[in-house]
Amino acid sequence: MSAAQTLDEKAKLEAHLRRHERWRWSEIAFWAAILVLIFALPSRAGLLNEILIAGLFALSLDLILGLTGVVSLGQAAFFGVGAYGAAILSAYGLSEPTLGLLLASALAALLGLATAPLLLRGSDLTRLMVTMGVSLMLGELANRNSWLTGGADGLNIAMSPVLGLFPIGFTGQRNAALYSFVVLFLLFVGARRLAQSPFGLSLTAVRENRLRAGALGISTSRRIIGIYALSAAYAGAAGALLAQTTQIVSLDVFDFHRSADVMLMLIIGGAGYLYGGIVGATVFIVLKDVISGATPEYWEFWIGGLLVVLVLIGRDNMRELARRRIKTILPGAAK
Amino acid sequence: MKPNYLISGLALAAVLASAPAKAGDDTVNVGLILPMTGPSASTGKQERAGAELYIQQHGDKVAGKTIALIVKDDTGAPDVTKRLAEELVGNDHAAALMGFGLTPLALAVAPVATAAKVPEIVTAAATAMITEKSPYIVRTSFTLPQASAPMAEWCLKNNIKKVVTIVTDYGPGVDAEKWFGETFTKGGGTIAEAIRVPLKNPDFAPFLQRVKDDAPDAVFVFVPSGFGAAFMKQFVERGLDKSGVKLIGTGDVTDDDLLADIGDSALGAVTTHHYSVAHDSPENKAFVAAFEKANGGMRPNFMAVAAYDGMALLYQSLEKTKGATDGDALIAAMKGAAWMSPRGPVSIDPDTRDIVQTIYVRRVEKKDGQLYNVEFGSIPNVKDPYKASKK
Amino acid sequence: MLTILLDGIAYGMLLFVLASGLSVTLGLMNFINLAHGAFAMVGGYVTALLMNRAGAPFLLTLPLAFLIPALIGVALERTLYRRLYGASPLDQVLFSIGLVFMAMPIANFFLGDQPQQVHLPPWLSGRLEFHGVGIGVYRLFIIAVCGVAAAALQIFLVKTRFGARLRAAVDDARVASGLGVDVDRLFAITFAVGSGLAGLGGALAADVVGGIDPSFPLKYMVTFLIVVTIGGSNGILGALVGSLLLGVLDVAGKYYVPSIGAFIIYFVMVVTLILRPQGLFARGDAR
Repeated sequence: MSAAQTLDEKAKLEAHLRRHERWRWSEIAFWAAILVLIFALPSRAGLLNEILIAGLFALSLDLILGLTGVVSLGQAAFFGVGAYGAAILSAYGLSEPTLGLLLASALAALLGLATAPLLLRGSDLTRLMVTMGVSLMLGELANRNSWLTGGADGLNIAMSPVLGLFPIGFTGQRNAALYSFVVLFLLFVGARRLAQSPFGLSLTAVRENRLRAGALGISTSRRIIGIYALSAAYAGAAGALLAQTTQIVSLDVFDFHRSADVMLMLIIGGAGYLYGGIVGATVFIVLKDVISGATPEYWEFWIGGLLVVLVLIGRDNMRELARRRIKTILPGAAK
Repeated sequence: MKPNYLISGLALAAVLASAPAKAGDDTVNVGLILPMTGPSASTGKQERAGAELYIQQHGDKVAGKTIALIVKDDTGAPDVTKRLAEELVGNDHAAALMGFGLTPLALAVAPVATAAKVPEIVTAAATAMITEKSPYIVRTSFTLPQASAPMAEWCLKNNIKKVVTIVTDYGPGVDAEKWFGETFTKGGGTIAEAIRVPLKNPDFAPFLQRVKDDAPDAVFVFVPSGFGAAFMKQFVERGLDKSGVKLIGTGDVTDDDLLADIGDSALGAVTTHHYSVAHDSPENKAFVAAFEKANGGMRPNFMAVAAYDGMALLYQSLEKTKGATDGDALIAAMKGAAWMSPRGPVSIDPDTRDIVQTIYVRRVEKKDGQLYNVEFGSIPNVKDPYKASKK
Repeated sequence: MLTILLDGIAYGMLLFVLASGLSVTLGLMNFINLAHGAFAMVGGYVTALLMNRAGAPFLLTLPLAFLIPALIGVALERTLYRRLYGASPLDQVLFSIGLVFMAMPIANFFLGDQPQQVHLPPWLSGRLEFHGVGIGVYRLFIIAVCGVAAAALQIFLVKTRFGARLRAAVDDARVASGLGVDVDRLFAITFAVGSGLAGLGGALAADVVGGIDPSFPLKYMVTFLIVVTIGGSNGILGALVGSLLLGVLDVAGKYYVPSIGAFIIYFVMVVTLILRPQGLFARGDAR
């Protein structure tokens, strides 16, 4: 190739990579709308806060499931570690939220790094079970060590104002929602840049065909470990936000239903394009709230029905993922 | 794939559209937050029935105001409980919050009650320290120390010297173990072993095997209502009933709701508790009859009574404040309130805002082919020993 | 000590019957059916209700506890499950979770949320003492029944033609179909048997776990999955070994170190998966 051609190729490549870098107006509108809602509906701040935290949690799952194609039923492990981490730090004196948030999600990331190698071997079923097993184990550990975690009674904490300026207790619910919003937005921007970077593209390659990606010289193990640790950090941040804004944490943060719910949110919203988590969280939580208000005892039935219908009808990108996954998991399947 | 704007739009519209309940000048909203789904769902069911029965019997008008009961399911998750409490207080202007099936759920709402100055009437959770967490918390259920300490005293009087305790490992269980243990050993008894069983999926078999190996005079049990049947079965299956080990405990293990299901393996068990469906008083007979009629033959249990009494307390206080819903006024009216409940005479201790009631010693017997906790002893005016010991 | 071992074996056998259906659908049909616990619940309810409301004797209810979930299984398989045979494991997991979420409120609505108890007949109650080692009569019964079931399953798979056809269809459905094996019917029958076994397990377990209530499927789902994961997907033997191992470890753990509680089974699962990701008895490394 001549020098001119190489430069040409390079320019084309850069243009391609840059194409999605600019924020579309629809994205800006999306975030602005959320901000407006927080100010326009102060009475709903608690609900909005819950949605934002769940959105962040679902985003963390999107990083590994949507972008990289790694299945996990154990995101609750990192969510819980982040939540308890922030709560325990606060109980021992570190009650400034932002510092607690950073430390708690770092802790979660460490756990992610430690457990990532478990994901590399075995089938998808193995991955599902291992991730679930780890989060259940952590739940048991938290249960056993009630001197640290408050056991089944949970931990009640008090947080000082964010950055010393914005109280987030009962009277500061809107501030709490804003705090969650800012954290979510910043982390989202990070994820967006990551997805569009060469690293992010390599993750897509891993998702589409791990074998081929490896053959191309992409170190799939290192990438999986890296993104898993990052997603753990995000999930940990979500957990820390929950602990800090609601000022209570209890054992159910490690429950299987947390991992299952976040999976459901991501499915509803669609995985792989980063906004799916937030959209899915909104739909799921609002739907749950509305249905549960109408029928407090039987709302699970409707949610289950929704899930069944969703899966049967299929989500576009899930189908795509499935088609690729089948070749590597079920070599003998007829279909 | 493009974001699905249609779905998000609909969802946000739903958020905007959900209107809060009206709190006009004459309507008093009462938020009843209970676990209606999940493992503690039976608590929710009984409590809701109890509260609704009171309103049905006494009408929804008191001191010129109309009571509106808003029932919410918190699925047993404290962050949901807290959010529901905040919404009820903030959006629906609830004048009182009731319910709270487990300790963490009650604790989660304490800061909300304090900040909003709204009474939090605890009608289920039973850990002693709950009422200390906010000056706006009042309790109409009971505390484990209240029920456990008298059991220890009964043992000492009845020649039971060596006991193994088995409790579920969470707040109320630890309270029960501690208070039974301390009262018992202070009186000269020995606790051979204190076993704690996990809250989730307990299989009592290995733990009961340990009890059998310890060969005590009696085994003291606390398990949350709902687990009594499993425990009893295992007790009998191990042959413990034939081996001379007496079964004693707090009344949760012979919950009225479940006695029929537990079957004859429960016969002879001695428990201490604050309510039995067989309590022989005109108020209770009327209560049980009305409850069964309104709920398709379902027997009430101590959860239902607590919620029933919670409403009673609220009504009384509103009458005392002549309809004023100011939180401080209501709390002041609640302190020292005394009335005749289906369980017996009760009052609210003005110092601790916790319930003072009679604790009965009962034995499971068969009457007319059905199993009941038949009372044969009682200790009146029992205050919560935990807080009493702090003085 | 031997008592504890026997208790553990009884618990393990129970787990086996409960989980064997799951192992069958997973290992032989490659379908992750988390709604398995719901079939167990149905079986448990069949026995409890027939005994409590119709006064039927315990033994008579057992075949029905097998049959009714099996029939429900076939119906669901024909209509819903078969659409997802080729779907990703994730889709299958979500679908079956959705089914469980629907099944539980249905049970709650029709039967209430209090546990339905199974009251054993007198000849099954009580204990046998044998040189200081005690075992409940019912636990012995469980070991016996489950042992027979395990043996029957194994013989069925290995010695009969149906079993051979089933194994062929699992190895390569297309080729088997080309050889004239009716793969569809095979899968339907297998699913039915798996669900039936779950129902039988539920009926047998009802006494041990303190009654059947609507939250049964979720409470024990994790346990079943752990059995299957540890045992691996290679048919019955793996599930049997996995169950026994888990049963004994769980019971012994709770006896000797009561504070460990449920931690031990999760720990064992994670360790097993680290060492052998396919489970203890996997079907060969090609998969």
